[in-house]
Amino acid sequence: MEAERKYSYYPGCSLMVTNRSYDISTRNVAAVLGIEMAEIEDWNCCGATAYYPVREKRSYVLSARNLSIAERNSTDLITVCSGCYAVLKKTDKYLSEDEELREEIRAALREGGMDYEGKVKVRHFLEVLTKDLGEEAVRRHVVNSLDGMKVAPYYGCLFGRPFGGRDEFEFPEAMDDLIRWLGGEPAPFPLKSKCCGGMLMTTQPDMALNMTGKILRNAKSCGAVCIATCCPLCQINLEGYQGKVSKRMGSDCSIPVVYFTQLMGYAFGLDAEQLALKDCLTDVDSVFAQRGSKR
Amino acid sequence: MEVTTVNEDLGRALLERVMSIPNGHKIKACQQCGACSASCPSSYAMEYSPREIIAALRAGVLNRVFESSTVWLCASCYLCTVRCPAGIPFTDVMYELKAMGIEKGLYKKDQHNIKMARTFTRTVEKYGRNAEVEMILKYYLTTNPLKLLGQTSLALKLLMKGRLDLFPHRIKGLAELKKMVAAVEGGSNGS
Ligand code: SF4
Ligand code: SF4
Repeated sequence: MEAERKYSYYPGCSLMVTNRSYDISTRNVAAVLGIEMAEIEDWNCCGATAYYPVREKRSYVLSARNLSIAERNSTDLITVCSGCYAVLKKTDKYLSEDEELREEIRAALREGGMDYEGKVKVRHFLEVLTKDLGEEAVRRHVVNSLDGMKVAPYYGCLFGRPFGGRDEFEFPEAMDDLIRWLGGEPAPFPLKSKCCGGMLMTTQPDMALNMTGKILRNAKSCGAVCIATCCPLCQINLEGYQGKVSKRMGSDCSIPVVYFTQLMGYAFGLDAEQLALKDCLTDVDSVFAQRGSKR
Repeated sequence: MEVTTVNEDLGRALLERVMSIPNGHKIKACQQCGACSASCPSSYAMEYSPREIIAALRAGVLNRVFESSTVWLCASCYLCTVRCPAGIPFTDVMYELKAMGIEKGLYKKDQHNIKMARTFTRTVEKYGRNAEVEMILKYYLTTNPLKLLGQTSLALKLLMKGRLDLFPHRIKGLAELKKMVAAVEGGSNGS
């Protein structure tokens, strides 16, 4: 029997509709692994990084309300969005280090009948899978080995920076390990933690398209058949503009982009619906359907 | 000469504010090594590189930086922060500069990033969650409606897949959340 693993879960706004395939595949993969993820009740937007310049303290209040709700469960809080992860973690860290700020934010929470004592540990799902579960717990569920499939693991900025360990700042390896455990081969991918420009896509599209283009081109040139992501903001950026980017770069930059949870789910024998593959904007059939499933 | 005096005061005020953020005092230890500028994916487009911003900040002439769009080009990638040998949280410095730019009106009129940030915060404060479609529409309508056309191919693809959230979700505890937000300094105004 699987040891019971309990966590709280914060999906975040972008997983509600636009990137629901990440939410769906995460929940189904967690179920296979015997991980219980209790969605925290009536959570609000984390504030995203766009909040800091407008009113930094408001952004702390937004995050602290979520932390306060999660504190009721006394388990670690999992998020799969690297943006939410960094914002929630930053709030928790600054509140623990700065007493004046902490008291001000706690007083604000009390105005709405809540409080936060600082007991929640914010975790990224990818980190939980590789650190709390590990190789054996994952390998045991693989029914469709990736069979040497070359995957470019794209981490983006906020999975490793600024709150990862020293090596994770620029050279995270959690997803590389995971791909190996699923039977695949992580492509040597120099730009794996370079910025995709997601924050600038609406306001500075020229700069952002160049950043996205370099990453797509790099992934292709290291022979990957697909890119795996661990953040909804990176995912939509990498999958959504491939046509525009190819024109701009003067070379074909199209490559399938999937969430690492979809890759895992495929290896675990989950079906297309359980991974919400129909939501993908790139040719994921070449990654999954054409290989077939042994289940 | 009055203008110079005003700018000098402003330069000093900006410096004090940056020093007051967590670990902000570390900018005193900047070695001007340029690791931040070399790491930055946006520095090629900035009029002042990250290293130059620190130099201008310390010299009390940061107001000049605001005459360019430099601070709005930061992609918030944290590479400068993790590479800085002096432990300067430069990404947070950029956030603080954006905040002060908005507060003191130190930006060019065509600075769309500010509209974007404001539209976002207003949407979140209305629902407690983000409402992407409403936010993006408002942003383009208040900046450049024609640019919306550039986004239509992705928007259509998402629409076809049922991936556009047309019905924003309002959280149950919205009234309480509003009280919390209003309780922090500057909370109920200024967005
Ligand atoms: S990396 Fe740090 S020490 Fe070096 S110039 Fe930039 S801010 Fe100064
Ligand atoms: S956080 Fe901003 S200033 Fe720092 S390296 Fe990234 S884009 Fe440049």
